[in-house]
Amino acid sequence: MDFVLTEQQELIRKEVATLARSFAPDYWLEKDRKAEYPWEFVKAFAAGGWLGIIIPEEYGGSGLGVTEASILLHEICAAGAGTSGASPIHFYVFPPMPLIKHGSGALKRRYLPRIATGEIVMSFGVTEPNAGTDTSRIETRAERRGDGFVVHGRKVWNTNARQATHMLLLARTAPRDPARPFTGMTLFFAEFDRSKITVREIEKMGRAAVDSNELFIEGLEIPADNVVGEIGRGFYHLLDSLNPERILTAIEAVGIGRAALERAVQYAKERVVFGRPIGQNQAVAHPLALAWAKLETAELMTMKAAWLFDHGRPCGAEANSAKLVAAEAGFDACDAAVQTHGGYGYAKEFHVERLWREIRLYKIAPISQQMVLNYLSEHVLGLPRSY
Amino acid sequence: MNIVVCAKVVPLSSVTIQIDPATKRMVRKDVSQELDPQAAKAVEEALRLTEKQGGSVTVVVMGGDDATIGIRGALAMGATAAIHLSDPALAGSDALGTAKALAAAIRKEPFDLVICATESSDSYTGLVPGQLAQLLGVPPLTFATSLTVEGRTVTIKRQSEGGYDVVTSELPVLVTVTTGINEPRYPTLKGIMGAKKKEIRKYTAADLGLGPAEIGESGAREKVLTVGRPPARPAGTVIKDEGQGGKQIADFLANLKLI
Ligand SMILES: Cc1cc2nc3c(=O)[nH]c(=O)nc-3n(C[C@H](O)[C@H](O)[C@H](O)COP(=O)(O)OP(=O)(O)OC[C@H]3O[C@@H](n4cnc5c(N)ncnc54)[C@H](O)[C@@H]3O)c2cc1C
Repeated sequence: MDFVLTEQQELIRKEVATLARSFAPDYWLEKDRKAEYPWEFVKAFAAGGWLGIIIPEEYGGSGLGVTEASILLHEICAAGAGTSGASPIHFYVFPPMPLIKHGSGALKRRYLPRIATGEIVMSFGVTEPNAGTDTSRIETRAERRGDGFVVHGRKVWNTNARQATHMLLLARTAPRDPARPFTGMTLFFAEFDRSKITVREIEKMGRAAVDSNELFIEGLEIPADNVVGEIGRGFYHLLDSLNPERILTAIEAVGIGRAALERAVQYAKERVVFGRPIGQNQAVAHPLALAWAKLETAELMTMKAAWLFDHGRPCGAEANSAKLVAAEAGFDACDAAVQTHGGYGYAKEFHVERLWREIRLYKIAPISQQMVLNYLSEHVLGLPRSY
Repeated sequence: MNIVVCAKVVPLSSVTIQIDPATKRMVRKDVSQELDPQAAKAVEEALRLTEKQGGSVTVVVMGGDDATIGIRGALAMGATAAIHLSDPALAGSDALGTAKALAAAIRKEPFDLVICATESSDSYTGLVPGQLAQLLGVPPLTFATSLTVEGRTVTIKRQSEGGYDVVTSELPVLVTVTTGINEPRYPTLKGIMGAKKKEIRKYTAADLGLGPAEIGESGAREKVLTVGRPPARPAGTVIKDEGQGGKQIADFLANLKLI
């Protein structure tokens, strides 16, 4: 067993940290306040070739794995960028994955090189208002018409839609069969045609810089060539997005937790009350020490899941567990950081409140903590399905 | 134009440097290393020159096995090739021993220009470049805040009290560059991927024709006698602004003949 990063991974870690830290905390405060997309940040990462990290070399990327993408996103978050910095970048990793794994040669040639450069901006259209976590009940339908498909339906929580040029879209191509509920859905790599898709932004608790939206899709035409993988097997192809998404959001939670912890530790050393640094009180120190230990543990689980995925092994249990423990560890670290700062933890200029608001997301999305526990109960422990 | 850059690999700037009380040397074992940010400026300057007029950039690094991360860092920035002087016999070399090892390696290369940082950001002696120029038999142009090459003529600007000096020389020459000379590029992911494929040539002391009389602890003529903390600075003067703050600051500076 080898827990040491390779020299190349170490270099990636260091260079991403340097680039990400060149965007000061005030940059993110400003983006959050103005609800402005962090284009400068995304463009800096595009210029460094980082957006092509998992795109195969033959299509203009670097052909690395979810392991390296995890290192990338960890350093972005540890630098203090939060989900505001992580979300725009992770859309270059998990939405293209099914295309890489299951797309036709023509589809890959057409889109992957433009994803690698950042020219294509993607969104991920799975969740629906009337289906929620039960993906098999999505109602958006794609009907065969001539040489292609025409899509009608609604999506919700579609992140990045305001800037998206393309969307990975899951739609029903056959009615739900209760015996095989996850078949009959198809995955499309669709151009984001704004004459057929109405975007309505949702105001939310955190990450104002990166939009999440309701989509109303009316008559979106998609050529048959833009089906990713097999018709009717879209959900199974989508798993190659969902597992990396869990792994990446887990490592983001770890990174955000570390950014908050770093600030809290610094503050605990400097802030003097009752004639001593507050960090000398165990009631202040222990939550920070505990946060450190939990973040380390969550990182191990996450990197194991990434390793499994990159080696083509089943990783559902590990990716889900990583998301579960990392969301918890990251949230606890941010909460301890706010508490350590006392009143100033509530003030924007100390930055931990933004991280606290942002990290709350990971207990809900991309999959809720309860649904992870459902998955583990049923698929790992073999307990009867509860719902 | 063939450029050789002498680069040091040093503990990460975020690491608090520890001194081993027994050897009085910096503890480098189990400490994360990186290409010295000062050396990165020398690499950057070399890359800018060769991007304009063609040629190669060879990075020479003397250091332990864990220095390769910093060497790959220089290759990731775009250096053409790298030479790693790595041998337990080199450990403990003083500045002159280091200069001898670097000179021996550089003599094996066709070179027009050698670029060094003015000093490394871990030990700050600033001795090696001058010694190296002497050993290579080329003029040293030091403290460059800018560097240009036209044909075979090298021109640097060197900060001086009242402005700057312009110093020129014919190639071959050794130039030391200062911190302000440039902002080094960030290696791209493609650069990092490419660095893995570039060869790092390794030389031992024997390859360099150097023995214990010249290098390592035994060859060192400098001896570190003690290492201590600098004396604490006296407390500063606090000026409270009660309407007269600006004037008080001006008076203070005028007193020191700074304005
Ligand atoms: C900021 C943000 C960005 C997002 N971005 C995207 C995106 O880009 N693309 C996309 O497709 N989706 C996105 N999502 C959607 C996200 O994946 C879903 O919100 C999440 O999966 C939960 O689904 P839901 O909101 O419909 O909750 P529901 O399914 O309505 O669940 C509500 C609550 O009930 C619980 N619950 C439901 N059923 C059970 C059960 N059987 N047992 C126990 N508990 C249960 C859930 O855990 C949850 O706590 C985003 C969400 C947010 C908040």
